Amino acid sequence: MNDHVERMVLQGKVDLPFTYSAGKTASRFFVELRDHQRIMGKRCPRCQRVIVPAQLFCKECFVETDEWVEVGPEGTLVTFTIVYRKENHHPKEAPFAYGIIKLDGADTSMVHFLGETDVTKLEHGMKVRAFFSEERKGHILDIECFRPIS
Amino acid sequence: MGKRAAIIGTGQTNHCSTREDVNEMELVYEAATAALKDAEMTIKDIDAVVLANMELFEGRALHDMWCGEGAGALLKHSFKISTGGTSGTSGAISGYYHVASGLFDRVMVVGFEKHSDGNTSAGMALTDPFWDRHIAAAAIGNFALSVSEYMADRGVTEEQSAKVAVKARRNACNNPHAHLQMPDLTVEEVLESPILAYPVRRLEMCPQSDGACAIIFASEEIAKKSCARPAWVRAAVTRHDHIYLGEVKNRLTTMRSLREAAKVAYEIVGIREPLKEFDVAEIYDPLTYAEIAWYEALGFCKDGEGGKLIDNGVTHMDGELPVNPSGGVISTNPVGASGTIRVAEGALQIHGMGGKRQIPDVNLALVTGYGVYCWSDVLVLSSKPG
Repeated sequence: MNDHVERMVLQGKVDLPFTYSAGKTASRFFVELRDHQRIMGKRCPRCQRVIVPAQLFCKECFVETDEWVEVGPEGTLVTFTIVYRKENHHPKEAPFAYGIIKLDGADTSMVHFLGETDVTKLEHGMKVRAFFSEERKGHILDIECFRPIS
Repeated sequence: MGKRAAIIGTGQTNHCSTREDVNEMELVYEAATAALKDAEMTIKDIDAVVLANMELFEGRALHDMWCGEGAGALLKHSFKISTGGTSGTSGAISGYYHVASGLFDRVMVVGFEKHSDGNTSAGMALTDPFWDRHIAAAAIGNFALSVSEYMADRGVTEEQSAKVAVKARRNACNNPHAHLQMPDLTVEEVLESPILAYPVRRLEMCPQSDGACAIIFASEEIAKKSCARPAWVRAAVTRHDHIYLGEVKNRLTTMRSLREAAKVAYEIVGIREPLKEFDVAEIYDPLTYAEIAWYEALGFCKDGEGGKLIDNGVTHMDGELPVNPSGGVISTNPVGASGTIRVAEGALQIHGMGGKRQIPDVNLALVTGYGVYCWSDVLVLSSKPG
Protein backbone atom coordinates (compact mmCIF):
# COMPACT_ATOMS: atom_id res chain seq x y z
CA MET A 1 0.00 0.00 0.00
CA ASN A 2 1.27 3.43 -0.87
CA ASP A 3 1.26 5.38 2.39
CA HIS A 4 2.45 8.61 0.92
CA VAL A 5 0.18 11.49 1.85
CA GLU A 6 0.69 15.18 1.56
CA ARG A 7 2.65 16.43 4.62
CA MET A 8 0.67 19.12 6.43
CA VAL A 9 2.55 21.95 8.15
CA LEU A 10 0.36 24.41 10.03
CA GLN A 11 1.26 28.07 9.91
CA GLY A 12 0.45 29.98 13.08
CA LYS A 13 0.84 33.35 14.69
CA VAL A 14 -0.34 34.12 18.22
CA ASP A 15 -1.36 37.57 19.41
CA LEU A 16 0.18 37.98 22.86
CA PRO A 17 -0.71 41.22 24.66
CA PHE A 18 1.20 41.86 27.90
CA THR A 19 1.49 44.64 30.50
CA TYR A 20 4.61 44.24 32.62
CA SER A 21 4.60 46.01 36.01
CA ALA A 22 8.05 47.54 36.50
CA GLY A 23 7.61 47.85 40.26
CA LYS A 24 8.34 50.94 42.34
CA THR A 25 12.14 50.80 42.00
CA ALA A 26 12.38 50.39 38.23
CA SER A 27 9.52 52.89 37.91
CA ARG A 28 11.61 55.57 39.62
CA PHE A 29 14.59 54.63 37.42
CA PHE A 30 12.43 55.18 34.32
CA VAL A 31 10.89 58.42 35.61
CA GLU A 32 14.38 59.82 36.32
CA LEU A 33 15.44 58.95 32.77
CA ARG A 34 12.35 60.54 31.26
CA ASP A 35 12.08 63.69 33.35
CA HIS A 36 15.69 64.48 34.31
CA GLN A 37 17.89 62.46 31.95
CA ARG A 38 19.52 60.94 35.01
CA ILE A 39 20.71 57.34 35.30
CA MET A 40 20.09 56.03 38.80
CA GLY A 41 21.49 53.17 40.81
CA LYS A 42 20.83 51.97 44.34
CA ARG A 43 23.39 51.07 46.98
CA CYS A 44 23.28 47.83 48.96
CA PRO A 45 23.59 48.63 52.69
CA ARG A 46 25.53 45.41 53.25
CA CYS A 47 28.07 45.05 50.41
CA GLN A 48 27.99 48.76 49.47
CA ARG A 49 27.77 48.02 45.74
CA VAL A 50 25.93 50.62 43.64
CA ILE A 51 23.68 48.50 41.45
CA VAL A 52 22.65 49.90 38.03
CA PRO A 53 19.91 49.92 36.83
CA ALA A 54 18.50 50.42 40.33
CA GLN A 55 17.15 47.23 41.92
CA LEU A 56 14.81 46.74 44.91
CA PHE A 57 17.17 44.23 46.53
CA CYS A 58 20.78 43.12 46.29
CA LYS A 59 20.85 39.68 44.76
CA GLU A 60 24.20 38.90 46.39
CA CYS A 61 23.19 39.85 49.95
CA PHE A 62 19.40 39.24 49.68
CA VAL A 63 18.59 42.50 51.48
CA GLU A 64 16.75 45.60 50.22
CA THR A 65 18.85 48.38 48.75
CA ASP A 66 18.37 51.78 50.35
CA GLU A 67 20.31 54.78 49.01
CA TRP A 68 19.61 56.20 45.53
CA VAL A 69 22.78 57.21 43.65
CA GLU A 70 23.06 59.08 40.36
CA VAL A 71 25.69 57.52 38.09
CA GLY A 72 27.24 58.38 34.69
CA PRO A 73 26.34 59.69 32.20
CA GLU A 74 29.93 58.80 31.30
CA GLY A 75 31.35 55.36 31.71
CA THR A 76 33.73 52.72 30.43
CA LEU A 77 33.01 50.32 27.59
CA VAL A 78 33.60 46.87 29.10
CA THR A 79 32.88 44.93 25.92
CA PHE A 80 31.00 45.29 22.63
CA THR A 81 29.81 43.54 19.51
CA ILE A 82 28.48 44.57 16.12
CA VAL A 83 25.57 42.53 14.79
CA TYR A 84 25.66 42.04 11.01
CA ARG A 85 23.11 39.28 10.46
CA LYS A 86 19.54 40.52 9.98
CA GLU A 87 16.77 38.74 11.91
CA ASN A 88 13.09 39.52 12.40
CA HIS A 89 13.21 39.57 16.19
CA HIS A 90 16.26 41.76 16.58
CA PRO A 91 15.57 45.09 18.29
CA LYS A 92 17.16 47.03 15.44
CA GLU A 93 17.98 46.42 11.82
CA ALA A 94 21.53 45.15 11.43
CA PRO A 95 24.20 46.33 11.36
CA PHE A 96 23.94 47.65 14.91
CA ALA A 97 26.30 47.66 17.87
CA TYR A 98 25.67 47.09 21.55
CA GLY A 99 27.87 46.71 24.55
CA ILE A 100 28.26 46.44 28.30
CA ILE A 101 28.97 49.79 29.93
CA LYS A 102 30.23 50.43 33.46
CA LEU A 103 28.98 53.89 34.33
CA ASP A 104 31.11 56.16 36.50
CA GLY A 105 30.05 55.65 40.12
CA ALA A 106 28.44 52.24 39.49
CA ASP A 107 29.63 48.81 40.62
CA THR A 108 27.61 46.85 38.09
CA SER A 109 27.35 47.45 34.35
CA MET A 110 24.43 47.92 32.01
CA VAL A 111 23.71 46.71 28.51
CA HIS A 112 22.90 49.26 25.81
CA PHE A 113 23.21 50.24 22.17
CA LEU A 114 26.38 51.88 20.91
CA GLY A 115 25.99 54.69 18.41
CA GLU A 116 29.04 53.58 16.49
CA THR A 117 29.17 50.61 14.12
CA ASP A 118 32.65 51.16 12.75
CA VAL A 119 34.68 48.47 14.50
CA THR A 120 37.89 50.47 14.09
CA LYS A 121 36.40 53.20 16.29
CA LEU A 122 35.48 50.93 19.22
CA GLU A 123 37.95 49.77 21.87
CA HIS A 124 37.64 47.83 25.10
CA GLY A 125 38.09 50.17 28.06
CA MET A 126 37.31 53.34 26.09
CA LYS A 127 35.24 56.13 27.61
CA VAL A 128 31.66 56.44 26.40
CA ARG A 129 28.77 58.77 27.17
CA ALA A 130 24.99 58.33 27.26
CA PHE A 131 22.90 60.17 24.65
CA PHE A 132 19.27 60.64 25.54
CA SER A 133 16.35 60.41 23.14
CA GLU A 134 14.46 63.60 22.23
CA GLU A 135 11.13 61.96 22.98
CA ARG A 136 11.37 60.13 26.28
CA LYS A 137 8.63 57.82 27.52
CA GLY A 138 9.99 56.29 30.74
CA HIS A 139 11.71 53.35 29.04
CA ILE A 140 15.22 51.92 28.76
CA LEU A 141 15.34 53.36 25.22
CA ASP A 142 15.03 56.87 26.67
CA ILE A 143 18.78 56.43 26.49
CA GLU A 144 19.23 56.31 22.72
CA CYS A 145 22.75 54.91 22.89
CA PHE A 146 26.24 55.37 24.22
CA ARG A 147 28.87 57.06 22.02
CA PRO A 148 32.65 57.16 22.34
CA ILE A 149 33.96 60.38 23.87
CA SER A 150 36.52 61.71 21.43
CA MET B 1 10.96 5.01 51.50
CA GLY B 2 12.48 8.47 51.70
CA LYS B 3 13.76 10.27 54.78
CA ARG B 4 11.35 12.27 56.91
CA ALA B 5 10.75 15.86 55.89
CA ALA B 6 8.58 18.65 57.28
CA ILE B 7 7.43 22.15 56.45
CA ILE B 8 8.86 24.55 59.03
CA GLY B 9 8.05 27.93 57.52
CA THR B 10 5.72 29.62 55.03
CA GLY B 11 5.37 33.09 53.57
CA GLN B 12 2.80 34.71 51.29
CA THR B 13 2.33 38.02 49.60
CA ASN B 14 -1.01 39.73 49.84
CA HIS B 15 -2.81 38.52 46.75
CA CYS B 16 -4.86 40.87 44.59
CA SER B 17 -5.70 41.60 40.96
CA THR B 18 -2.79 43.96 40.28
CA ARG B 19 0.43 44.49 42.20
CA GLU B 20 1.88 47.43 40.25
CA ASP B 21 4.26 48.26 43.11
CA VAL B 22 6.43 45.23 42.36
CA ASN B 23 7.69 43.45 39.29
CA GLU B 24 7.52 39.68 39.13
CA MET B 25 10.92 38.99 40.67
CA GLU B 26 10.18 41.41 43.51
CA LEU B 27 6.90 39.58 44.16
CA VAL B 28 8.90 36.35 44.50
CA TYR B 29 11.37 38.12 46.81
CA GLU B 30 8.51 39.27 49.05
CA ALA B 31 7.24 35.72 49.59
CA ALA B 32 10.74 34.25 49.99
CA THR B 33 11.78 36.77 52.65
CA ALA B 34 8.47 36.25 54.50
CA ALA B 35 9.08 32.47 54.62
CA LEU B 36 12.67 32.94 55.81
CA LYS B 37 11.40 35.22 58.57
CA ASP B 38 8.74 32.68 59.56
CA ALA B 39 11.35 29.89 59.73
CA GLU B 40 13.84 32.21 61.48
CA MET B 41 16.43 31.60 58.79
CA THR B 42 18.53 33.62 56.37
CA ILE B 43 19.04 32.82 52.71
CA LYS B 44 22.46 31.35 53.60
CA ASP B 45 20.69 28.52 55.43
CA ILE B 46 18.90 27.37 52.26
CA ASP B 47 20.56 24.52 50.30
CA ALA B 48 18.25 24.40 47.29
CA VAL B 49 15.46 26.38 45.66
CA VAL B 50 12.50 25.11 43.64
CA LEU B 51 10.44 27.56 41.58
CA ALA B 52 6.90 26.89 40.38
CA ASN B 53 5.10 28.94 37.73
CA MET B 54 2.65 28.58 34.87
CA GLU B 55 4.61 29.13 31.67
CA LEU B 56 3.78 32.08 29.42
CA PHE B 57 0.97 33.61 31.48
CA GLU B 58 3.17 36.66 32.07
CA GLY B 59 4.63 36.79 28.59
CA ARG B 60 8.03 35.53 29.66
CA ALA B 61 9.71 32.21 29.13
CA LEU B 62 12.33 30.71 31.45
CA HIS B 63 11.00 32.01 34.75
CA ASP B 64 13.77 30.35 36.70
CA MET B 65 16.09 32.69 34.83
CA TRP B 66 14.08 35.87 35.43
CA CYS B 67 12.81 35.19 38.94
CA GLY B 68 15.26 32.74 40.52
CA GLU B 69 17.30 35.50 42.13
CA GLY B 70 14.13 36.75 43.82
CA ALA B 71 13.94 33.39 45.56
CA GLY B 72 17.59 33.63 46.56
CA ALA B 73 18.64 30.93 44.10
CA LEU B 74 21.87 32.75 43.21
CA LEU B 75 24.67 30.14 42.98
CA LYS B 76 22.47 27.54 44.66
CA HIS B 77 21.04 24.24 43.46
CA SER B 78 17.84 25.31 41.70
CA PHE B 79 15.03 23.89 39.57
CA LYS B 80 11.79 25.09 38.00
CA ILE B 81 8.61 23.05 37.91
CA SER B 82 5.96 23.97 35.37
CA THR B 83 2.92 21.68 35.23
CA GLY B 84 0.11 24.19 34.70
CA GLY B 85 -2.18 24.57 37.71
CA THR B 86 -0.40 21.78 39.57
CA SER B 87 2.90 23.71 39.33
CA GLY B 88 2.54 24.93 42.91
CA THR B 89 1.80 21.53 44.44
CA SER B 90 4.26 19.76 42.14
CA GLY B 91 6.89 22.32 43.17
CA ALA B 92 6.13 21.52 46.81
CA ILE B 93 6.35 17.80 46.07
CA SER B 94 9.72 18.44 44.42
CA GLY B 95 10.86 20.36 47.52
CA TYR B 96 9.79 17.40 49.63
CA TYR B 97 11.66 14.97 47.35
CA HIS B 98 14.83 17.07 47.71
CA VAL B 99 14.78 16.67 51.49
CA ALA B 100 13.40 13.10 51.49
CA SER B 101 16.29 12.06 49.24
CA GLY B 102 18.70 12.95 52.03
CA LEU B 103 20.72 15.15 49.69
CA PHE B 104 19.42 18.48 51.01
CA ASP B 105 18.49 19.65 54.51
CA ARG B 106 16.70 22.96 53.89
CA VAL B 107 14.83 23.60 50.67
CA MET B 108 12.75 26.61 49.70
CA VAL B 109 9.88 26.32 47.23
CA VAL B 110 8.38 29.46 45.72
CA GLY B 111 5.21 29.35 43.62
CA PHE B 112 4.30 32.60 41.87
CA GLU B 113 2.20 34.21 39.19
CA LYS B 114 1.76 37.82 38.15
CA HIS B 115 -1.43 37.54 36.16
CA SER B 116 -1.72 41.30 35.69
CA ASP B 117 1.41 41.22 33.51
CA GLY B 118 -0.19 38.90 31.03
CA ASN B 119 -3.15 37.31 29.41
CA THR B 120 -4.08 33.77 30.35
CA SER B 121 -6.08 33.12 27.19
CA ALA B 122 -3.06 34.14 25.14
CA GLY B 123 -0.85 31.87 27.24
CA MET B 124 -3.22 28.96 26.79
CA ALA B 125 -3.41 29.66 23.07
CA LEU B 126 0.11 28.29 22.92
CA THR B 127 -1.00 24.76 23.78
CA ASP B 128 -1.39 21.96 21.24
CA PRO B 129 -1.35 23.51 17.75
CA PHE B 130 -3.35 20.87 15.89
CA TRP B 131 -6.62 20.23 17.73
CA ASP B 132 -7.87 22.24 20.76
CA ARG B 133 -6.23 25.55 19.89
CA HIS B 134 -8.61 26.18 17.03
CA ILE B 135 -11.80 25.25 18.91
CA ALA B 136 -11.62 25.30 22.70
CA ALA B 137 -12.27 28.43 24.81
CA ALA B 138 -9.39 28.02 27.29
CA ALA B 139 -9.90 27.17 30.99
CA ILE B 140 -13.45 28.42 31.47
CA GLY B 141 -14.85 26.87 28.30
CA ASN B 142 -13.16 23.56 28.97
CA PHE B 143 -14.49 23.48 32.53
CA ALA B 144 -17.95 24.37 31.29
CA LEU B 145 -17.95 21.26 29.09
CA SER B 146 -17.22 19.07 32.10
CA VAL B 147 -19.57 20.92 34.45
CA SER B 148 -22.40 20.48 31.98
CA GLU B 149 -21.72 16.74 31.91
CA TYR B 150 -21.28 16.54 35.70
CA MET B 151 -24.63 18.25 36.38
CA ALA B 152 -26.45 15.96 34.00
CA ASP B 153 -24.80 12.84 35.39
CA ARG B 154 -24.89 13.55 39.14
CA GLY B 155 -27.79 15.96 39.53
CA VAL B 156 -25.72 18.62 41.29
CA THR B 157 -27.66 21.91 41.32
CA GLU B 158 -26.87 25.55 40.60
CA GLU B 159 -27.79 26.40 44.20
CA GLN B 160 -25.29 23.89 45.56
CA SER B 161 -22.62 25.38 43.33
CA ALA B 162 -23.50 28.90 44.52
CA LYS B 163 -23.24 27.77 48.15
CA VAL B 164 -19.63 26.76 47.51
CA ALA B 165 -18.90 30.25 46.15
CA VAL B 166 -20.47 31.87 49.23
CA LYS B 167 -18.53 29.60 51.61
CA ALA B 168 -15.25 30.35 49.84
CA ARG B 169 -15.58 34.15 49.70
CA ARG B 170 -16.78 34.32 53.32
CA ASN B 171 -13.91 32.11 54.54
CA ALA B 172 -11.57 34.40 52.60
CA CYS B 173 -12.55 37.25 54.95
CA ASN B 174 -10.62 35.47 57.71
CA ASN B 175 -7.49 35.31 55.54
CA PRO B 176 -5.56 38.58 55.29
CA HIS B 177 -3.77 37.33 52.15
CA ALA B 178 -6.95 36.43 50.20
CA HIS B 179 -7.92 38.27 47.01
CA LEU B 180 -11.76 38.09 46.92
CA GLN B 181 -13.12 38.77 50.39
CA MET B 182 -16.91 39.06 50.16
CA PRO B 183 -18.53 38.92 53.60
CA ASP B 184 -22.04 39.66 52.33
CA LEU B 185 -22.11 37.47 49.23
CA THR B 186 -25.38 35.55 48.81
CA VAL B 187 -26.47 32.53 46.79
CA GLU B 188 -28.82 34.82 44.84
CA GLU B 189 -25.99 37.14 43.84
CA VAL B 190 -23.92 34.22 42.60
CA LEU B 191 -26.85 32.95 40.54
CA GLU B 192 -27.46 36.42 39.12
CA SER B 193 -23.85 36.83 37.95
CA PRO B 194 -23.39 36.58 34.18
CA ILE B 195 -22.80 33.24 32.49
CA LEU B 196 -19.25 33.10 31.13
CA ALA B 197 -19.72 29.78 29.35
CA TYR B 198 -22.83 27.70 29.94
CA PRO B 199 -23.43 26.70 32.73
CA VAL B 200 -20.53 28.46 34.52
CA ARG B 201 -21.20 31.89 36.05
CA ARG B 202 -18.70 34.59 36.83
CA LEU B 203 -18.92 34.28 40.63
CA GLU B 204 -18.49 30.51 40.39
CA MET B 205 -15.06 30.85 38.78
CA CYS B 206 -11.68 31.61 40.36
CA PRO B 207 -10.19 35.07 39.82
CA GLN B 208 -6.81 35.91 38.29
CA SER B 209 -4.45 37.16 40.99
CA ASP B 210 -0.94 38.49 41.46
CA GLY B 211 0.80 36.61 44.22
CA ALA B 212 3.57 34.39 45.46
CA CYS B 213 3.93 31.82 48.20
CA ALA B 214 7.06 30.27 49.68
CA ILE B 215 7.48 27.14 51.78
CA ILE B 216 10.56 25.88 53.59
CA PHE B 217 11.08 22.13 53.93
CA ALA B 218 13.58 20.74 56.41
CA SER B 219 15.07 17.38 57.33
CA GLU B 220 13.94 15.62 60.50
CA GLU B 221 16.79 16.78 62.68
CA ILE B 222 16.45 20.42 61.69
CA ALA B 223 12.64 20.38 61.79
CA LYS B 224 12.56 19.01 65.33
CA LYS B 225 15.16 21.53 66.50
CA SER B 226 13.76 24.65 64.87
CA CYS B 227 9.96 24.30 64.73
CA ALA B 228 7.51 23.81 67.61
CA ARG B 229 4.97 21.94 65.47
CA PRO B 230 6.48 20.88 62.12
CA ALA B 231 4.04 19.85 59.38
CA TRP B 232 5.38 16.45 58.35
CA VAL B 233 4.83 15.31 54.78
CA ARG B 234 3.32 11.85 55.09
CA ALA B 235 2.38 11.31 51.45
CA ALA B 236 2.94 13.13 48.16
CA VAL B 237 1.42 11.66 45.02
CA THR B 238 0.98 13.03 41.51
CA ARG B 239 -1.03 11.61 38.60
CA HIS B 240 -1.54 12.89 35.04
CA ASP B 241 -4.43 11.83 32.83
CA HIS B 242 -4.89 12.20 29.06
CA ILE B 243 -4.44 15.70 27.77
CA TYR B 244 -6.96 15.63 24.91
CA LEU B 245 -10.41 16.33 26.34
CA GLY B 246 -12.02 13.94 23.90
CA GLU B 247 -9.98 11.12 25.35
CA VAL B 248 -10.77 11.74 29.05
CA LYS B 249 -13.88 9.89 30.06
CA ASN B 250 -16.24 11.85 32.38
CA ARG B 251 -13.53 14.26 33.43
CA LEU B 252 -15.13 16.11 36.36
CA THR B 253 -17.59 13.33 37.17
CA THR B 254 -14.87 10.75 37.64
CA MET B 255 -11.66 12.78 38.01
CA ARG B 256 -9.62 9.65 37.63
CA SER B 257 -6.26 11.33 38.30
CA LEU B 258 -7.42 12.79 41.64
CA ARG B 259 -9.18 9.59 42.64
CA GLU B 260 -6.05 7.55 41.91
CA ALA B 261 -3.66 9.98 43.63
CA ALA B 262 -5.88 10.09 46.73
CA LYS B 263 -6.19 6.31 46.84
CA VAL B 264 -2.42 5.89 46.83
CA ALA B 265 -1.85 8.68 49.38
CA TYR B 266 -4.50 7.27 51.72
CA GLU B 267 -2.90 3.81 51.48
CA ILE B 268 0.52 5.24 52.37
CA VAL B 269 -0.82 6.97 55.49
CA GLY B 270 -3.44 4.33 56.34
CA ILE B 271 -6.52 6.53 55.94
CA ARG B 272 -9.82 4.68 55.58
CA GLU B 273 -12.41 7.34 56.37
CA PRO B 274 -11.10 10.64 55.04
CA LEU B 275 -14.10 12.72 56.16
CA LYS B 276 -13.61 11.59 59.75
CA GLU B 277 -9.84 11.33 59.86
CA PHE B 278 -8.77 14.63 58.27
CA ASP B 279 -9.10 17.74 60.43
CA VAL B 280 -8.93 20.15 57.52
CA ALA B 281 -8.61 20.09 53.72
CA GLU B 282 -7.13 22.71 51.41
CA ILE B 283 -8.18 21.57 47.96
CA TYR B 284 -7.50 23.22 44.61
CA ASP B 285 -10.99 24.37 43.60
CA PRO B 286 -10.71 26.23 40.27
CA LEU B 287 -14.48 26.63 40.27
CA THR B 288 -17.41 25.77 42.53
CA TYR B 289 -18.55 22.66 40.71
CA ALA B 290 -15.03 21.21 40.85
CA GLU B 291 -15.02 21.47 44.64
CA ILE B 292 -18.19 19.37 44.83
CA ALA B 293 -16.78 16.86 42.35
CA TRP B 294 -13.53 16.68 44.33
CA TYR B 295 -15.51 15.80 47.52
CA GLU B 296 -16.60 12.68 45.67
CA ALA B 297 -13.22 11.90 44.08
CA LEU B 298 -11.48 12.34 47.45
CA GLY B 299 -13.89 9.92 49.12
CA PHE B 300 -15.53 12.42 51.49
CA CYS B 301 -18.86 10.95 50.37
CA LYS B 302 -20.34 8.51 47.88
CA ASP B 303 -20.50 9.46 44.22
CA GLY B 304 -23.44 11.78 43.61
CA GLU B 305 -23.58 12.99 47.23
CA GLY B 306 -21.12 15.89 46.98
CA GLY B 307 -23.94 18.42 46.80
CA LYS B 308 -25.35 17.18 50.10
CA LEU B 309 -22.08 17.95 51.89
CA ILE B 310 -22.36 21.61 51.00
CA ASP B 311 -26.13 21.63 51.70
CA ASN B 312 -25.51 20.22 55.18
CA GLY B 313 -22.56 22.49 56.01
CA VAL B 314 -20.22 19.51 56.45
CA THR B 315 -17.36 21.39 54.77
CA HIS B 316 -17.99 24.77 56.43
CA MET B 317 -15.63 26.20 59.06
CA ASP B 318 -17.67 24.57 61.84
CA GLY B 319 -18.46 21.39 59.89
CA GLU B 320 -17.06 17.89 60.28
CA LEU B 321 -14.32 18.56 57.70
CA PRO B 322 -13.68 22.26 56.97
CA VAL B 323 -12.65 22.62 53.33
CA ASN B 324 -10.56 25.67 52.38
CA PRO B 325 -10.60 27.89 55.48
CA SER B 326 -8.31 30.13 53.41
CA GLY B 327 -11.05 30.81 50.86
CA GLY B 328 -9.46 28.47 48.35
CA VAL B 329 -8.58 29.05 44.73
CA ILE B 330 -12.09 30.42 44.10
CA SER B 331 -11.01 33.38 46.24
CA THR B 332 -7.32 33.63 45.33
CA ASN B 333 -5.64 32.42 42.17
CA PRO B 334 -2.09 33.33 41.24
CA VAL B 335 -1.90 30.05 39.28
CA GLY B 336 1.72 29.02 39.83
CA ALA B 337 1.30 29.87 43.52
CA SER B 338 -2.23 28.47 43.95
CA GLY B 339 -1.00 24.94 44.69
CA THR B 340 1.84 26.20 46.90
CA ILE B 341 -0.72 28.23 48.86
CA ARG B 342 -2.76 25.06 49.45
CA VAL B 343 0.31 23.34 50.91
CA ALA B 344 1.27 26.43 52.96
CA GLU B 345 -2.28 26.76 54.30
CA GLY B 346 -2.35 23.05 55.23
CA ALA B 347 1.00 23.48 57.02
CA LEU B 348 -0.18 26.68 58.76
CA GLN B 349 -3.14 24.79 60.19
CA ILE B 350 -0.76 22.18 61.65
CA HIS B 351 1.63 24.88 62.88
CA GLY B 352 -1.39 26.39 64.65
CA MET B 353 -0.61 29.73 63.01
CA GLY B 354 -3.82 30.14 60.99
CA GLY B 355 -5.03 33.22 62.88
CA LYS B 356 -8.74 33.84 62.29
CA ARG B 357 -8.91 30.96 59.85
CA GLN B 358 -7.34 28.44 62.26
CA ILE B 359 -9.31 25.22 62.82
CA PRO B 360 -8.78 23.97 66.41
CA ASP B 361 -6.42 21.02 66.98
CA VAL B 362 -5.37 20.14 63.46
CA ASN B 363 -3.25 17.00 63.31
CA LEU B 364 -3.98 15.75 59.80
CA ALA B 365 -4.43 17.94 56.72
CA LEU B 366 -5.28 17.02 53.14
CA VAL B 367 -3.90 19.15 50.32
CA THR B 368 -4.59 18.82 46.60
CA GLY B 369 -3.50 20.42 43.36
CA TYR B 370 -5.27 20.52 40.02
CA GLY B 371 -3.68 21.35 36.71
CA VAL B 372 -3.93 21.56 32.95
CA TYR B 373 -7.06 19.65 31.92
CA CYS B 374 -6.79 16.67 34.19
CA TRP B 375 -3.71 16.49 36.39
CA SER B 376 -3.79 15.97 40.14
CA ASP B 377 -1.49 16.15 43.15
CA VAL B 378 -2.36 14.94 46.64
CA LEU B 379 -0.34 15.61 49.80
CA VAL B 380 -1.06 14.52 53.34
CA LEU B 381 0.45 16.65 56.11
CA SER B 382 0.55 15.60 59.75
CA SER B 383 1.62 16.87 63.15
CA LYS B 384 3.22 13.45 63.66
CA PRO B 385 6.28 12.31 61.71
CA GLY B 386 4.77 8.81 61.32
